[in-house]
Amino acid sequence: MSMTVAGVLFIVSLLAALAVAYRYFGDYMYRVVVGARHSLAERGIYKILRVNPEGEQSWKAYAGSLLAFSAISLLFLYALLRLQHVLWPNPNFPGVTDHVAWNTAVSFVANTNWQAYSGESTMTHLSQMAGLAVQNFVSASVGVAVAVALVRGFARRKSGTLGNFWVDLTRITLRIMLPVAVVATVALVIGGVVQNFSGGHDVTTLTGGTQTITGGPVASQEVIKELGTNGGGFMNANSAHPFENPTPWTNWIQLFLILLIPVSMPRVFGRMVGQNRQGYAILAVMGILAIASIGLTNVFEIAGNGTVPHAIGAAMEGKEIRFGVSDSASFGAITTLTSTGAVNSFHDSYTSLGGMMPMINMMLGEVAPGGVGAGLYGMLVLAVITVFVAGLMVGRTPEYLGKKIGAREIKFASIYFLITPATVLTGVAAAMATKNHTTMLNVGPHGFSEVLYAFTSAANNNGSAFAGITVNTGWWDTALGFAMLLGRFLPIIMVLGLAGSLAAQQPVPESKGTLPTHRPLFVGMLVGVTVVLVALTFLPALALGPLAEGL
Amino acid sequence: MRLPSWISQHLAALRAVLVFTVILGIAYPFVMFGIAQIPGLHDKANGSIITTADGKEVGSGLIGQSFTDADGKPVLTYFQSRPSAAGDGYDPTSTAASNLGPESIEDVLPVPGAVDDEGNPDAGTQSLLTQVCARSLEIGAREGVSGARQFCTTDGVGAVLRVFRAQGLTGAVTRAVSVNQDCPATPFLASYEGVTVECGKPGEDYSGGVLTAIRGDAPADSPVPADAVSASGSGLDPQISPAYAQLQVNRVARERGADPAAVRKLVDENTLGRSLGFMGEPGVNVLKLNLALDRELPAR
Repeated sequence: MSMTVAGVLFIVSLLAALAVAYRYFGDYMYRVVVGARHSLAERGIYKILRVNPEGEQSWKAYAGSLLAFSAISLLFLYALLRLQHVLWPNPNFPGVTDHVAWNTAVSFVANTNWQAYSGESTMTHLSQMAGLAVQNFVSASVGVAVAVALVRGFARRKSGTLGNFWVDLTRITLRIMLPVAVVATVALVIGGVVQNFSGGHDVTTLTGGTQTITGGPVASQEVIKELGTNGGGFMNANSAHPFENPTPWTNWIQLFLILLIPVSMPRVFGRMVGQNRQGYAILAVMGILAIASIGLTNVFEIAGNGTVPHAIGAAMEGKEIRFGVSDSASFGAITTLTSTGAVNSFHDSYTSLGGMMPMINMMLGEVAPGGVGAGLYGMLVLAVITVFVAGLMVGRTPEYLGKKIGAREIKFASIYFLITPATVLTGVAAAMATKNHTTMLNVGPHGFSEVLYAFTSAANNNGSAFAGITVNTGWWDTALGFAMLLGRFLPIIMVLGLAGSLAAQQPVPESKGTLPTHRPLFVGMLVGVTVVLVALTFLPALALGPLAEGL
Repeated sequence: MRLPSWISQHLAALRAVLVFTVILGIAYPFVMFGIAQIPGLHDKANGSIITTADGKEVGSGLIGQSFTDADGKPVLTYFQSRPSAAGDGYDPTSTAASNLGPESIEDVLPVPGAVDDEGNPDAGTQSLLTQVCARSLEIGAREGVSGARQFCTTDGVGAVLRVFRAQGLTGAVTRAVSVNQDCPATPFLASYEGVTVECGKPGEDYSGGVLTAIRGDAPADSPVPADAVSASGSGLDPQISPAYAQLQVNRVARERGADPAAVRKLVDENTLGRSLGFMGEPGVNVLKLNLALDRELPAR
């Protein structure tokens, strides 16, 4: 079987498995978020939290609880990292320095998992499992909660409330994240992913050298890294490391876990608004963009253009034998289409155009299918903008699912859309203007790509890296920390505001002038709006980096 | 006493963080650790450590290692792993890729006599292209095949010119420098568009010229396979491609005084195909192969 055929089968088998998951896992998630019953464990948690699970929150109260939870998480994680050396010194590392701890705390709370540190030589096992992995769970649940709140905005009529943040957080964590994580951990251990508390184990190699075999509770953290579309690896080499991703089939499982929740979210949307076809339309938009991007990345990497790939004979620099070029390219595309940021091969050494694809994926705003929750709410905001644009074209009041898209709604949506590009482009300009770009590894356009990639990844909460650039300086840690913070929480506030204003409306009955939002016409327009908005925003920056290098 | 709502909000948040830390940060990983210790999973959860017949631990079946002697020279009785960017090579405490890009083609030549901040002699910086060319040449010589590659000089550096033109980017060529070939090396091209090619002088600024890589006449597919000259993502790749293993069979057999067919059989036994026939790519586990060699075909 040729490499290309095997690569295509790999993608097709993933899509087939996800099609099944969309239906059944999507329905399961729907029941979790709308169910009226609380389990015993959940009631216990609400008691400890001293919150009333039946208490509904307005959008401002919901946002307040969410921000309070994230702020306390940030402080807690920062303190844990700074004090790790006095807690459980295994392996025996010093406390994390102030700017790296800030950067890392923001990064994990914001579901970004940008890593300015190297896991195996910085973090103790306690920091990894009780700090970073916990945020991998709950930051993902926060994303899903926001998406669910937005959908409630569409589904409710003349309502002042969006649900209860604490209930959403607890249910999503305990009923969705944790059970899948437990099952997947066992699967990964069968594949060879380590799960121990060893502080490192010296062996004498065959030719008499010494090698330290590292350890840690890797498998339990690996699964939530993927399932929560977090991406922060236990080790520096992330999913390229044989202890994180030892076989081609664990690679498949990791991609399935990454896509499982984002792909199933449109089903939850369709069920909640009472029209499954609306979910299929959103899924179609995500699917078209994703398949195009995965395909193009594969084409560019397998073609292997560029001086060094030609000299090598294939784009194998930074890639593992067991994954090969194709499955590495698919992993690179899928982790950036979602907000995962895990890597099983190193994007800096991709061909110029192959390396541009992960960047474009992130610039799309990670909506195809996007991060857990964030993908759906990002796509719904784009849908609102699309309906508005379509309304302008035909001169009618735009509406989506019976809710009027008026001035207030479009303000929330357009601010949501502008935050990320403004952060990225300001950040890049600041780095170049203050001469902080000189820490880049490569020179010329490729070096510019490293700077552009860093801010794109941070502001879009991806965390994937064009890893050559040195970013653990005070300036970079601080600047990227702010980019991640703004890129995560300002859009969330806008989404909740939009949800609040939609929920308060009485739906208008469908009329002849209503644009149906489940038809191919709308799917095509939404794809178009997504691509055009990105192209207009980022083309000049891309022209200076990967396009200058690759064309 | 009733607390203001913003304070009670943050207290609820603090309690939530603590509760989730206990459930997800302590209970969950320890329960998974417990499950991973049952027979069948135990060895894998602890790093797939390989022990020799006499009980010595020699490494992990999942982590690659260097088969080099104390001076870093390849031990010829063993199959060799891929190049590695992890520390000094295959160091699990500093896993890394090279992160060098597809157009990393120009070296910084070492300036004789110059020292860095720590007083070490200036070593210059090799581009990825030159690293690839040098590896290819070395492996070709070791395995008795041609190590020539496209875009490489015969002395094993990147075949790259800085071309100066009359009007900057256009016009007649006024000067051409082979920037990766340290003087007094003989440039790989005698002349470029009628201009004599110079060798590269360390420390000289050639940035006014246009970087031009020269393909040369080496065949597109070299007998030295791609994975042999490129570093992996983790720096710990335990595998090599079947093609690179086949290339090494004759040399290993000769050094061990063994029949090449017997060595080839061991290569086949240690080749892992694609998972389920279509996931990933086939590879040969180098440590397991070398252990099998020591067991079944000990060096005479």
